[in-house]
Amino acid sequence: MIEAALSVENLSFAYGPKKALDNVSFSVRAGECAILLGPNGAGKSTLFSLITRLYDARQGSIRLCGFDVKKNSRQALARLGVVFQQTTLDADLSVTQNLRYHAALHGIGRKAADKRIREELERLNMYDRRQEKVRQLNGGHRRRVEIARALLHNPSLLLLDEPTVGLDMPSRQAIVEHVHDLVRRQGLAVLWATHLLDEIGAQDSLVVLDKGVVKAGGRLAEVLHATGCGNAAEVFARLTGGGVE
Amino acid sequence: MNILHYWRALSGIVGRELLRFLHQRERFVSALVRPLVWLFVFAAGFRAALGIAISPPYETYILYEVYITPGLIGMIQLFNGMQSSLSMVYDREMGSMRMLMVCPLPRWFLLSSKLIAGTAVSVLQAYAFLGIAWLDDIQAPPVGYLWILPALLLSGMMLGALGLLLSSFIRQLENFAGVMNFVIFPVFFMSTALYPLWKIKESSELLYILAEYNPFSQAVELIRFALYGQLNLQALLFTAGAFILFMAAAIFGYNPSKGMMVRKGGGD
Repeated sequence: MIEAALSVENLSFAYGPKKALDNVSFSVRAGECAILLGPNGAGKSTLFSLITRLYDARQGSIRLCGFDVKKNSRQALARLGVVFQQTTLDADLSVTQNLRYHAALHGIGRKAADKRIREELERLNMYDRRQEKVRQLNGGHRRRVEIARALLHNPSLLLLDEPTVGLDMPSRQAIVEHVHDLVRRQGLAVLWATHLLDEIGAQDSLVVLDKGVVKAGGRLAEVLHATGCGNAAEVFARLTGGGVE
Repeated sequence: MNILHYWRALSGIVGRELLRFLHQRERFVSALVRPLVWLFVFAAGFRAALGIAISPPYETYILYEVYITPGLIGMIQLFNGMQSSLSMVYDREMGSMRMLMVCPLPRWFLLSSKLIAGTAVSVLQAYAFLGIAWLDDIQAPPVGYLWILPALLLSGMMLGALGLLLSSFIRQLENFAGVMNFVIFPVFFMSTALYPLWKIKESSELLYILAEYNPFSQAVELIRFALYGQLNLQALLFTAGAFILFMAAAIFGYNPSKGMMVRKGGGD
């Protein structure tokens, strides 16, 4: 059996007496884009903190391409690319300087790094702007640079934490299309936290999280069938009791 | 291959810090203005008020400006250490600290690299300050400018580790103002940066004890002796011991299983 790119099993986590995640299990395979839906406070940020090993869970396990995040964290994290909710680029440095920094952290040499930077930026039509300071870029372009950065070391799993928040429609669409393209063409596995249901593609999977519990999971069509809902918005409203955008 | 990865990451982290430093000129200027005001205004005003007796490493009567120069270098490094800790709190809020923590290297190595990067910046600032002081005739023996380098590296690492330790349990930027008041000011004023120990002893035995065992005093004395080409062994051991202690505690603080990060939790 091929190992899932991300496998979360019986994961529980609490901040003191407050339970943030309760027995969460799901997996994301190569070539799969899983959309993580949940209202504020559902446990999405906690889940991302645990996958990126900001802190460790005491119960349950997280495996990236078969490597346990806690026990084999280096092998696991080497296969992970992340775009955090807040921008994490250095505004005073140029696009290339930011990307070279990331490449260095992953042990990629200068020559190989420059080659990868070119490939990823060209794919996002950003190569001509590589010398510009990040401060000069608009929100959509910054996000593109962050996605390019997350892919520099050829990860197997890409984590996206609400990457399109605050962007205009064309920028959002460009990012949604680019990520789905990566999933289709390169077999990348993606876990995408969002509030924006129009970002869900027909082939995507859903993981609906509410109050730390997985309420539904599987291919969109399967979830619609199981819940008897007509679309993802209805699924979300019914399972979480919340409205959507 | 592995060592190459470590080396590339270390150069990347130090390079980024130096680039940031070069791009933020106001940060460089403000880091220098503070000690220069102390040197040219405060020390000039107190020159007559404070008599400094001959005590090692000085072999003759010295001006007050000469006495406080090593203390002000310590001040540069103290502020720098706290500022990099401030930037780590800020970074963590903004996410780039998380970016660093996600990369596939041991956390102790990432924190140490961050520390080395901060120290490199503080050494540059210290030399710039010494250059300006030199122009104002506050001059040490030439060999002192060489000997001071290892002293600056150790004291910078020690003060940076203290900042790192503080950053591991400060969650909000607002708390940092409290740290400035409760850490920087007591540490600086209860030290040998501005007045020698025997002078403090004249007024208060308790303050004298606090100042003597203050790691910042030891770092300042290490710098003071090095600037005159001498080794103060006690200061060296004390500063190195404080560095190891602070660093170990900071690494514990950033440990994903045991440290403060878990207790602090994260909002959702």
